Amino acid sequence: MMEEVKEVTSALSVHGHNIKITDVVKDGDALTFVIVSQKLSGTGEYHVDRTWDDFEWLQQHLFSQEDVPGLQGVIFPPLPAKASGNASAKIMKQLGVLGLGEWQPYCKALETFLQQVATHKILNKNKAVEVFLTSSDAPGRQKVKKNIFNRLSQAVEEMRKEGHKDVDEFFQTERDHNLVLTGCTKTAAEKFLDMVLTEQKIAVACGHFSAALHLCVEPGEDPDKKAFSRLCVQISEVFDSMKKNMTSVAENNVNTLGLGLDLESRYQEAEKEMLFRRTCKLVELENARRNAEKAKPVKKAAMEEVKTATQTEFQQICGVARQEIKQFHGVRVKMLQQALVQWCEKQLLTAKESTDQFNQHLQAFRGMAQ
Amino acid sequence: MGLSQDFGETSLEPSFQPDGTISLPRLMCVWAHCLVETSNCVQDQPSSQPASLPAEDISTNSNGPKQDLLFDDDPEDLFAEATEEVSLDSPERDVLLSDGPSPAITPITPPTSVITPRIGHAHDDMFTHSSFDEIEEEEGGDSFDIHISVSDPEKVGDGMNAYMAYKVTTKTSMSLFKQKDFSVKRRFSDFLGLHSKLASKYLHIGYIVPPAPEKSIVGMTKVKVGKEDQSSNEFVEKRRSALERYLMRTVKHPILLKDPDVLQFLESSELPRAVSTQALSSAGLLRMVNKAADAVNKMTIKMNESDAWFEEKQQHFENLDVQLRKLHASVESLVCHRKELSVNTAQFAKSAAMLGNSEDHTALSRALSQLAEVEEKIDQLHQDQANGDFYLFSELLGDYVRLLTAVKGVFEHRMKTWQKWQDSQMLLQKKREAEAKLQFTNKPDKLQQAKDEIKEVRNLEGKVQQGERDFEQISKTIRKEVSRFEKERVKDFKTIIVKYLESLVLTQQQVNLHFYCY
Repeated sequence: MMEEVKEVTSALSVHGHNIKITDVVKDGDALTFVIVSQKLSGTGEYHVDRTWDDFEWLQQHLFSQEDVPGLQGVIFPPLPAKASGNASAKIMKQLGVLGLGEWQPYCKALETFLQQVATHKILNKNKAVEVFLTSSDAPGRQKVKKNIFNRLSQAVEEMRKEGHKDVDEFFQTERDHNLVLTGCTKTAAEKFLDMVLTEQKIAVACGHFSAALHLCVEPGEDPDKKAFSRLCVQISEVFDSMKKNMTSVAENNVNTLGLGLDLESRYQEAEKEMLFRRTCKLVELENARRNAEKAKPVKKAAMEEVKTATQTEFQQICGVARQEIKQFHGVRVKMLQQALVQWCEKQLLTAKESTDQFNQHLQAFRGMAQ
Repeated sequence: MGLSQDFGETSLEPSFQPDGTISLPRLMCVWAHCLVETSNCVQDQPSSQPASLPAEDISTNSNGPKQDLLFDDDPEDLFAEATEEVSLDSPERDVLLSDGPSPAITPITPPTSVITPRIGHAHDDMFTHSSFDEIEEEEGGDSFDIHISVSDPEKVGDGMNAYMAYKVTTKTSMSLFKQKDFSVKRRFSDFLGLHSKLASKYLHIGYIVPPAPEKSIVGMTKVKVGKEDQSSNEFVEKRRSALERYLMRTVKHPILLKDPDVLQFLESSELPRAVSTQALSSAGLLRMVNKAADAVNKMTIKMNESDAWFEEKQQHFENLDVQLRKLHASVESLVCHRKELSVNTAQFAKSAAMLGNSEDHTALSRALSQLAEVEEKIDQLHQDQANGDFYLFSELLGDYVRLLTAVKGVFEHRMKTWQKWQDSQMLLQKKREAEAKLQFTNKPDKLQQAKDEIKEVRNLEGKVQQGERDFEQISKTIRKEVSRFEKERVKDFKTIIVKYLESLVLTQQQVNLHFYCY
C-alpha cells in the first residue's frame, strides 16, 4: 500500500492508508459495513455505514470519470464480488477465500479496496471518494450512465483484440507475463482454498471423535472402568486441542496467505483488464490510421482528426499505464511478501502453542501410565 | 511313589477301598500333607514357575515332594484344587465360594469330595482350568517376555494360485520355547487355520479367543493379479500389521500361549495346509449353515439369568460395541480427511512452484519456491500422520469391535451350556420319576438300570454345572484382561501419537524458520 498521502490536490479530507472496516452487520440478506476513517486534520474520525451497493456506486463513479486523461490506463483496485447474508453456493464459490469465516476476510478485502482507492493519485481526486467516506447519508443510488467498462460479454471480436500484437515491447512482455501470472495465481488461490477447506473438515472430524469418546465414559466403581473412562476423557482432550490447532491453522491460512493470494489474483485480473483496454485503444488507433489513409479527400480531414484524437488518447493511456504498471509491480510484490511473512509468523506461533499443548498432554499420559 | 499309587486306587467312596482299614487315615495323612504343601506353595507363589503343565520346566519349584506330585496327573489335579482353594486373595474365588455346593470349591474338604468331581470330567477342562488359576497367581514368576513380528511379505507363486508368505519371527526368553529367536514362513490361510483350531478348542469353555483378520477376496485378488500399485501395497501392509497384532494378542493370553497348536504354528517350519479356511469351500458353506442355525437357536434360548453380574456385563458389552463402532467411524472419516489434506497440500505446493517460476521478481520468486518446498514437506508429514492415525487408532478400534464379537460368542456358549444343564436336569427328574415308578413295580434289573442312568445323568449335570462355573470365573478374569489391555494399549498408542504430533509440529516450526529467513 502507498504510505504517504499528503497530496494537496487530493479531494480527500481523510487519511487514505488507515481506513478501517470495524464492523459488519447482517440484516437479513444485506450486509452493512461500518467504515472508520481518520480526519487529515487529526481532529477525529468519520463513521459511516455502507452496503456493497454503495461500494459499487463508488466504483462506477470512478470508472466513468470523464475529465481524467488516460483514465483507461489506470489499474483499478478490484472490488470483491457481492456477498449477501444468505449467499448461494455458487456465490460462495466465486468468493473463494473471502467467503470463509464470519465475513472477516471479506471485510478485510473491502478495506484494502478502500485504502487503495483513497491512496491512488488519480482516483482519490474524485469527489465520489470523499462523499463515500465522509457523508453520513448513503450516497445516491442513481443509475450511472453506461461506461466503457461494462464488460458484459467478451465477444469473439474482443478475444481477437486480446491477442493483438503490440507495438511496444514493454507492453507486449507485460501482457504475456500478466497472462501467465494471472493463470498461476488463480490456480494457487484455488488450491489454497481447497487446502483450507480440508483443514476445516479435519477440525470438525476431530471434534466428532472427541465427542464420541465422551460417550464412552461410564460411571461405575469398577477400577478398570474408571481407568478406561479416565483414558477416554484424556484422549478426548487431546483431540480437542488437535481440533483447536487445526482450526487456528486454517484461520491463519485464510487471514494471511489466503487473502494475499486472493488479492493478488484479483489485482492481476484488474491489470489484465487495463491492458486489454489499452489494446482495444491500440486497435482503434490502427483502424483510425487506416481509415485516415484510405479515406477519400472529403472525409479525410475528419478521419485525420479522429486519428489524432485517438492517438493522443492512446499516448495518454500508455503514459498512465506505464506508471501504473511500475507502481503495480512494486505494490504487488510488497503485498505478497507481507502476506507470506505474516503467514509464516502466525503459523509459527500456532505451531509453538500446539507443541506446548501436546507436550503437556504427553506428560499427563506418561504420568498416568505409571 | 506310594502316594501316587494310593491316589490311583482311590474311588468315590473311601469305604469301598479294598484296603479298607488304612484308607481313611491314609487319606487324612495325604490331606494333611497336601495342606502343608499348599501353604508352602502359597508362600512360594511369587517366585515359582507356573507349575501345572508337564511340558513346562518346573524344576524351579522349591518343594521336592511337590514336584513328584506334579509329575502325575491325578495328584496334580488334587494338588491344584487344593491350591486354588486356599489362595483366597484372587477375587474370583468369591464368586466360587459364594456359589452353590459345588464340591470343588469349599476350602477345607475331605479329599474324598475333592476327588469326586474329577472322575468323569473331561480331563482337559479341569486341567486347563486349574492351570489358568495357578498361572494367574504366579504371574510374577515367569515374566511375559515374548515378541512376535510379522514381516517381509513375499509373493509366492503366480496367477490365481499366488499367495503372500509372511515371515513370523519370535523373540523370547521364555522356557516354553526351544529357541530364543526363530522365524518361520506362514501364509494367511495358516493363520486362519490356527484360529479355527483354537476356537474349536477353547471357545466353548469360555475363553475369549482373539479373532483372526478378515478375508478379503477383492484385496487378495488384486495382489494375486500382480498390480503393483498403491492400494495393493497398502492392503498388504494393512494385513501384515493385522496379523502381527493377532499373534501378539493370542500369545498374551496365558492359556493360548501354551497351546500346542500355537507352539507348532510359531516353531515348526512346515505346517499342514489348512484347507477348511477357503471362503468358497464346502467347509465354508457348512460353517455358514451352522451360523444360521446358531442364530435361530439364540433366539429361542431364554435364559433365566441368575447372576446379575452377567446381565450387567452383557449390557455393558452391548454398549461398548456401539460406542466402539461409532469411534471407529469417526476415526475413519478423520483418516479420510487427512489423506485429502495431504493431496491438496501437494497440489498447492505444485501451483506455488509454478507461480514462483513465472514470477520475475527474484526475491518473490525465491520466496514462492520456498513456500512450495515447505508445503511439500508439510504434505509428507500430513501423509505420515494420516497413516499413523489409521494404523493406530482405526485398526485398534476395528480389532476391538471384532474382539467383542468373540466375547459375545463366549456368552452365547454359556447360555448354551446353561440350556444343556437345564435339559439334563429335566432328564434327571424324569429318570428319577421312572425309578420311583419302577421301585413300586419291583423289577430289580430295570431298577438297577434306572439307578445307573440316574448316576450318569447326575454326573452329566455335575459336569455341566462345573462348566458354568468355569465360565463365570474365566469370563470375569478375561473381562479384566480385556479392560486392562484396552487401557494399556490405547495408552501406549496415544503416547506414540502424541509424541508424533509433537515432532510434526516441531518439524513444521523448523521448516517455517528456514522459510522465514529468506
